[in-house]
Amino acid sequence: MKTTQYIAVKEVSKIYNVEISFLSTLKEMGLIECILVSQTECIHTEAIHDVEKMIRMHQDLSVNPEGIDIIFNLLEKVDQMDRELKRLHNRIQFHENPK
Amino acid sequence: MEYIDYYKVLGLDKKASTADIKKAYRKLARKYHPDVNPNDPKSEQKFKEINEANEVLSNPENRKKYDEFGKDWKHADEIKKAQKEQQQYQRSYQTQGGGYENAQGGDFSDFFESMFNRQGGSKGGSPFGRQVKYKGQDYNAELQLNLKDVYTTHKRTITVNDKNIRLTIPAGVENGQVIKIKGHGGPGVQGGPKGDLYITFSILNNTNFRRDKNDLYKTEILDLYTMILGGETTVETFDGKVKLKIKSGTQPGTKVKLKGKGFPIYKKEGSHGDLYVTYDVKLPATLSEKEKELFNELSKLRSS
Repeated sequence: MKTTQYIAVKEVSKIYNVEISFLSTLKEMGLIECILVSQTECIHTEAIHDVEKMIRMHQDLSVNPEGIDIIFNLLEKVDQMDRELKRLHNRIQFHENPK
Repeated sequence: MEYIDYYKVLGLDKKASTADIKKAYRKLARKYHPDVNPNDPKSEQKFKEINEANEVLSNPENRKKYDEFGKDWKHADEIKKAQKEQQQYQRSYQTQGGGYENAQGGDFSDFFESMFNRQGGSKGGSPFGRQVKYKGQDYNAELQLNLKDVYTTHKRTITVNDKNIRLTIPAGVENGQVIKIKGHGGPGVQGGPKGDLYITFSILNNTNFRRDKNDLYKTEILDLYTMILGGETTVETFDGKVKLKIKSGTQPGTKVKLKGKGFPIYKKEGSHGDLYVTYDVKLPATLSEKEKELFNELSKLRSS
């Protein structure tokens, strides 16, 4: 099947069975970016990974958009800390293995 | 295959009400949901367990069967058959449970599959069903390489889910680094893009060099006389050898920097870090009588 670069917001709403208003709120809060393609509001497929995550948080865990925003910010911090941890782990290995 | 105490998984006892089960499940799901615990296999496993526990305990028929047979689950069908025969004998028929529809195949334990004679997925699917709706599933893989392997950019074929993928591994990849290979995950549906493949590099250092990002470190052992009188030594770098002049009176622990002789810088072709060589001394462990005599003489010269 042909893969497109953009997916209409309406289509996302249909596929994931989520209200358009929820997607609009995500957009208003700056959590997702929408692009006008031929007068249709679309989401870039590159962003779908995050959009899916937000929808799952909403549907599975009943988290509202404000909560999603907080979780995403915290996850970003966790990611930064994880990278720092890896870096420090490599440093420890460096000091613990004198050659 | 082991018996799973689903009540314990949800932190409940057998008297728990439907509301208690729902509440416990929701609370644990919020804690262990894979989207809030990325790259955490332990949480993912726990999430599967609580999902399975909920699948059994929130469904009255499943819960009844589970409670009824408990640890005798292996013999559940035989017991059921024996009971049925008895009931038939008594001319009292019992309707069997409706069972499941829409089996989806999922991450359920052998215990679950054995007890309920099927793979996971309840009617209408698991409440946390993660089936692909548009973008394909992302795959994660770990690739173990030796430090020597990542000194040069090279191509390598890896197998992920029975598919061969040819990759270019850039020189200078670090231990623990994750790279994304776009479009090599699971297939999308409804025109959706394929998922991505995330590869985590695990780099084993079995060389004489220590690596700190792009810089390499090594210790070069020199003999006492070269340290004291000066001379030359040949140092092995990662990809060759260099001759170094040693000044007289070089102290143990002296560090010299060999610019550009370190590890390649990731995605900066032709650029390298530095190699730091630390000198150490190897003292003679045994001395001949003549050597002892001469060292004593040297010692006396120093103290006078």
